[in-house]
Amino acid sequence: MKNLVGRPIKRVEDPRLIQGKAAYVDDLRLPGMLHAAILRSPHAHARIGAIRTDAARALPGVTAVLIGADVNPHVSMVTSPDVMPGQKSPKHTVLAGERVYYVGHAVAAVVAADRSIARDALDLIEVNYEPLPAVSDLEAAAQKGSPLTHPELGTNMAYTWDLKGGDAAAGFKAADVVLKVRMRHPRVIPMPIEPRGCIASWQAGDETLTLWTSTQIPHLIRMLLPKLIGVPEHRIRVVAPEVGGGFGAKLNLYPEELLLCHLTRRLGAPIKWIESRRENAATTIHGRDQIGDYEVAVKKDGRVLAIRSRTLADLGSYLQMGTPAIPTLTGLMLPGCYTLRGIDIQVTGLHTHKMATDAYRGAGRPEATYTIERIMDIVAAELRLDPVDVRLKNFIKASEFPFESVAGVTYDSGNYAGALKKARELASWDKLARERDAARREGRLVGLGLSTYVEICSFGPSHMMSAGGWEWGSVRIEMSGQVTIITGATPHGQGQETSFAQIAADRLGIGLGDIVVLRGDTSVAPYGRDTYGSRATAIGGTAILMSIDKIVEKAKVLAAHLLKSSLKQMEFKGGRFYVRGKAAKALTWKELASEAYNARHLPKGVEPGLEASSFFEPPNCTFPFGTHIAFVEIDRDTGEVSIRKYVAVDDCGNRINPLLVEGQIQGGIAHSIGQALTERTVYSEDGQLLTGEFIDYAIPRASDIPEYVMGSTVTPSPSNPMGVKGVGEAGTIGAAPAIANAVIDALSPLGVRHLDMPFTPEKVWRAIHDPASRPPVLREAKKGGKR
Amino acid sequence: MLVSIKVNGASVSRDVEPRLLLVQFLRDVCGLTGTHVGCETTLCGACTVLLDGQAVKSCTVLAAQADGGEVTTIEGLAKNGELHPVQQGFWDCHGLQCGYCTPGMILAGVQVLERTPKPSREEICRGIEGNLCRCTGYSHIIDAIARASQGKKP
Repeated sequence: MKNLVGRPIKRVEDPRLIQGKAAYVDDLRLPGMLHAAILRSPHAHARIGAIRTDAARALPGVTAVLIGADVNPHVSMVTSPDVMPGQKSPKHTVLAGERVYYVGHAVAAVVAADRSIARDALDLIEVNYEPLPAVSDLEAAAQKGSPLTHPELGTNMAYTWDLKGGDAAAGFKAADVVLKVRMRHPRVIPMPIEPRGCIASWQAGDETLTLWTSTQIPHLIRMLLPKLIGVPEHRIRVVAPEVGGGFGAKLNLYPEELLLCHLTRRLGAPIKWIESRRENAATTIHGRDQIGDYEVAVKKDGRVLAIRSRTLADLGSYLQMGTPAIPTLTGLMLPGCYTLRGIDIQVTGLHTHKMATDAYRGAGRPEATYTIERIMDIVAAELRLDPVDVRLKNFIKASEFPFESVAGVTYDSGNYAGALKKARELASWDKLARERDAARREGRLVGLGLSTYVEICSFGPSHMMSAGGWEWGSVRIEMSGQVTIITGATPHGQGQETSFAQIAADRLGIGLGDIVVLRGDTSVAPYGRDTYGSRATAIGGTAILMSIDKIVEKAKVLAAHLLKSSLKQMEFKGGRFYVRGKAAKALTWKELASEAYNARHLPKGVEPGLEASSFFEPPNCTFPFGTHIAFVEIDRDTGEVSIRKYVAVDDCGNRINPLLVEGQIQGGIAHSIGQALTERTVYSEDGQLLTGEFIDYAIPRASDIPEYVMGSTVTPSPSNPMGVKGVGEAGTIGAAPAIANAVIDALSPLGVRHLDMPFTPEKVWRAIHDPASRPPVLREAKKGGKR
Repeated sequence: MLVSIKVNGASVSRDVEPRLLLVQFLRDVCGLTGTHVGCETTLCGACTVLLDGQAVKSCTVLAAQADGGEVTTIEGLAKNGELHPVQQGFWDCHGLQCGYCTPGMILAGVQVLERTPKPSREEICRGIEGNLCRCTGYSHIIDAIARASQGKKP
């Protein structure tokens, strides 16, 4: 049988999905189920006065109308771990208490016979709001005298985090030039096409709670729920049914999930809540939103010695689970692919009257990659060097791995120059550069940009995590000889029902059609750490592999016994067990499974059954890398950017299924294209979200996507036996800086030295026509390397 | 009010609220949950179905407006156990990940091929402009529709 690993196998998930047979949370219907809807604050900051709910209660079909005072004594909101020294965390409740502090803050809940009635009832609730001063701008929030997001904290500052590595001061002392630039990493909204939603059902008879929820993390939710809802862990089942996109937006436990767990017990009926698009935009986590001042110490030849950064990170109004930690990932990965002498990083997390930020695809690393890759291009532009040469001069060499970066992170393996070389070849870089130069002579705005990225994923060793960084998996050879795999990862589109079956098919010598992969249900997969941070294959796949090896060992013992031979003499090949040299007389999985479960002829001391489970604890994260190249042209009259050529060379180690890898990278790049060109999150000064629907929050459409040239290099990871690295976020991390560098290169003949994303036509048009709109790059030459 | 719609070849008559949307009729009355809701404002296309042969966003069509009409949903596309070429193309080309936009995207693709049997890449992009996908980055979707137009097997 030909090996399946490494081949572009079509997904086994797809037949149900392309025929409308899959069941997402809104497709589930339970007998007697009621429907919840939530009244949300129209104010960014207000004191809540009287709430009148009698008209809503009187509406036929309405079961209950509840406000914070009814609910909050019985159910608590999850709190973010206080990961920062001296962190100031606001208390957040399931429904608002005395104040609302962001637009969309949940104020009241209606439960009714159907969703339309529940929504009608929302209109009948009267809330007296007393508006309070609000702050939505990050820099304004950092000013003295700013309105406070939480007056009781006395400041908008949630924490300050410092990271010093190497000797930054020596780097600045030795520099020929110091460059200073301010960069903004705009806020983005994840916008999965399926909004959030959940059904909670309390079974009073056996006192168990089942929560079906559109989430990436059913296991983490089950672990967190007991303290918050007062139901013990072993009486809770959490199911992630088919999930319509996550991207980090569903890597959280949200107030609505907690609310429904409470309401189903209170009202004695299963209850469903489905988020609307506007709610999704306003009340599901956002990503990015940092402003940084960067100082870069450089030698004349382009060697970057040190970086000093002072970054403000907008945490939003309250803390979701990962909110404060995300900007620290930016700090940890700021050195990128390069050997700096020192870094001096300070991140200040601030509260504003906006939705909380948290882990959106890339989670801190896109900001890091954008910063360092812009810095490389700025260095090249200011010193009149070639951007490729500047990178080559500063790269960590392939021979230096494992490499401890100046931020103290140990990169597992890499060959950055190799990926860069391949991307340049695929792009015909020199030809594109000539084409750009010729176009410039005609007065056209054409630009060529690249990004060489490294990211950190497959989180992670447990010592890095607040609740275990392992993954669990089990494999069962059924009595029929067919195989059931259960993973603690929670794929929701990534395709591990296929790739894990490929791994098992090869290792067991069993056809793909005889293998099924189950996931996403804590009653089926008792342990799990779920899907986020590009971790499922590297960690979850390894747990499957380990389980298979245990089963094969057991099957060999059983086969040796049945064939009246010794374990040493046993061979296992192509799904058959035989005595060396006697392949004709082999036992199949079906025969062995039958013996294992009938258990009449087991060797002494061998338990019945043919199943095994394993936890894989990774020794390190993995560090995918690559080079992306963008070739763009800008319409001088409209400011519109079009990507004329896009080349992506990604190294995610060994590839289990190249078709799925390609899909992940292409999808990731599309998120970056959105962030770089079309997506813009706008809050008004008083905290109104003005981009709360697809009409004004422009995620890319098919016509925004260029035809890609895709290539790969393969540098296996030593962090797991399959040598795989994650690939779910790489495209999103690598692509935006390449586009940014190309756009700024295109505008450079006009004197543009930096511009912040998103490169919307209006912003680009202004940059073309109004020099005052262009962010500066300051340059401080130093004589003789002295200050 | 009484509404009668032929859904995937079967007639369904039901007394409904005048405000009931076609997508609610399909999902809640007919139990056909393959048609999804992503935005309720005609923008994402997850709810795309064919109404009298035209691709429509069923989240902004009233069931009453579809009275007397014929609707094809994702559940009605395969015939005699054989996938429609566009469904097959999506499977062959990895044209989907989470699958949530997929039913609407496939029906939009069916419409593209009905109007332009041999579409260019640009024509495909224009034809699915009303359908958003957040997972795939569209490239494999474009490949899938192109492959369906060629009747090519992998």
